Amino acid sequence: MWERIREMIRKEFRQTLREPRMRGILIVPPLLQTIIFGFAVNLDVEHVRIGWLDDDRTAESRTLQHGFAANRTFELSREASSERVAQDMLDRGEVQAVVRVPPGFSRDLKSGRQAEVQVLLDGSNSNTAAIIGNYAASIIAARNRELLQDRQREKLVGRTQNGPVLLRLPAIEPDRRVWFNPELRSRNYFVPGVIVNIITLVTLMLTALSIVREKEIGTMEQIMVTPIRPIELMLGKTIPFALIGMFDMLLVTGIALLIFHVPLRGSFVLLGCASALFLLSTLGIGLFMSTISETQQQAMMGSFFFFQPAFMLSGFSFPIRNMPEPVQWVTYLNPLRYFMDIVRGVFLKGSGVDVLWPQMAMLGIMGVLILTFSAMRFHKRLD
Amino acid sequence: MQQRNGSTVQVRNLVKRFGSFVAVDDVSLDVSRGEIFGFLGPNGAGKSTTIRILCGLLAPTSGQALVYGFDVAKEPERVKQSIGYMSQRFSLYDDLTVEENIEFFSGVYGVPREKRAERKAYAMKMAGLEGEHDRMTRLLAGGWKQRLALGCAILHEPPIVFLDEPTSGVDPMARRQFWDLIYEMAEGGTTVFVTTHYMEEAEYCHRLALMYKGRTIALGTPAELKKQQGVGSTMDDVFIASIEREEARAQ
Repeated sequence: MWERIREMIRKEFRQTLREPRMRGILIVPPLLQTIIFGFAVNLDVEHVRIGWLDDDRTAESRTLQHGFAANRTFELSREASSERVAQDMLDRGEVQAVVRVPPGFSRDLKSGRQAEVQVLLDGSNSNTAAIIGNYAASIIAARNRELLQDRQREKLVGRTQNGPVLLRLPAIEPDRRVWFNPELRSRNYFVPGVIVNIITLVTLMLTALSIVREKEIGTMEQIMVTPIRPIELMLGKTIPFALIGMFDMLLVTGIALLIFHVPLRGSFVLLGCASALFLLSTLGIGLFMSTISETQQQAMMGSFFFFQPAFMLSGFSFPIRNMPEPVQWVTYLNPLRYFMDIVRGVFLKGSGVDVLWPQMAMLGIMGVLILTFSAMRFHKRLD
Repeated sequence: MQQRNGSTVQVRNLVKRFGSFVAVDDVSLDVSRGEIFGFLGPNGAGKSTTIRILCGLLAPTSGQALVYGFDVAKEPERVKQSIGYMSQRFSLYDDLTVEENIEFFSGVYGVPREKRAERKAYAMKMAGLEGEHDRMTRLLAGGWKQRLALGCAILHEPPIVFLDEPTSGVDPMARRQFWDLIYEMAEGGTTVFVTTHYMEEAEYCHRLALMYKGRTIALGTPAELKKQQGVGSTMDDVFIASIEREEARAQ
């Protein structure tokens, strides 16, 4: 039995490693994805271009403008002369937000009434818009506090016989960036997630494609007339890609640690074990795709048909708890979801088996079910 | 081993349907050891389907087929241990070398380790590829590729060999060489099943079945068939007359 499996594996590796294109597929996508998610994908908002529409034109409104200009989140693009111009700037994407100071701003401030500032946001990217809104609000709030302090000070500065006394008010500067640990945060969040992405893609696609390719060129028929057993054929066709998946996992982990200094707070062995459990599902699905496909294109389409939604619902970029409830139930059937939890837990929180065992158990159960189902469909007959 | 009535392949009332299409329609035949048995017929006549059933690749809809004494429907895996099969496409791995292909098939056929080297040398010699171990299979010309495919299909020395249009797309010279190999195998006691649509190849067979629309419309030695047709007839005449008779019968 092992003799035949070994022969299959050797053949698979020879074919895969000989072809420069295939060698490329093993290395380039993991590298590229890790680098993209490490460097380019940055959800922290910086260098937001804003327009300024000042209908008040007083010292107070200008002080507020300086407040925005001094903040490195914002870049004052230009002043709009009218609401129409401001609208136009937003429409053409010249700015992502316009701050409008309405007439009477200064008068309201001085009389102690509530003064309002309007922030017009480009909501086409709702996430960014919300963040910009928060930043803008925090700047306005800061200005507000200053004004309050001034007011308080005026009240507290009283005259004594020795002259004026200045009372110092305790000023508490809030940290406005509690939510957004700039740069590092999204990188730490995404780069470990790439492991899930790459393992899924590589094992799913390579398994499905390598089997279907043999159907296409006719060698599968040749193998089917040999005394090889279906289980041997299956193992021979999945073990090589399991090993390649593991190799890619190591590669991405290596880059994450060495180049991006993503912390690996938990156990590497645990990560390896979880990856192995996860592979059961992806290999099983790859096998299944090969049983329903006659051509490599079909296998490719089938794989993506699974991969795209599975990846969207894995929690990689969109938190599952924000999804509508029925969709959340669907994610419980998604092996990627559990593996994503494990990977992030191990990397960022240093979680151990005591915390992650439910996810690992689910991966094990799903893997065995999917593999068994696919294996039942995978036989040595043409019809 | 298990042979009944001296035949190594026994087919009784074999039927294969794909939906409403009848690919193999009530085929019966016996083939004895060392015989070269030919299936002649146009494309789509059911030759390949019959061979695939006999190889255990397709399950028959009804009827029975025993190959080397094993029922193809019930014991397809036992059948697979006793046969060699070469499909129309010379199914080798283009991206492996000659030697790697031989080693791979030796492995999956379960050729005992101590026999591997001998069988490898045999296959290389048979394909006329001695000293070409490291040649990429994709670079081989049709005739060599075809002989290598045959070599790979018989590494485990099967008593029965099924060849499905083994000579399609190969030049006449290579075709001739290939038939020499078939004769060699038959002399060694191997039963050879071969499908073809070349008339001149039909003459090389010991016995022939003419297949048309899933039925065997004539069965016998080439000499017998021609004699039935009339003195001076060629295989072409036999073939055409048989088809005409079948068409008339069907109406």
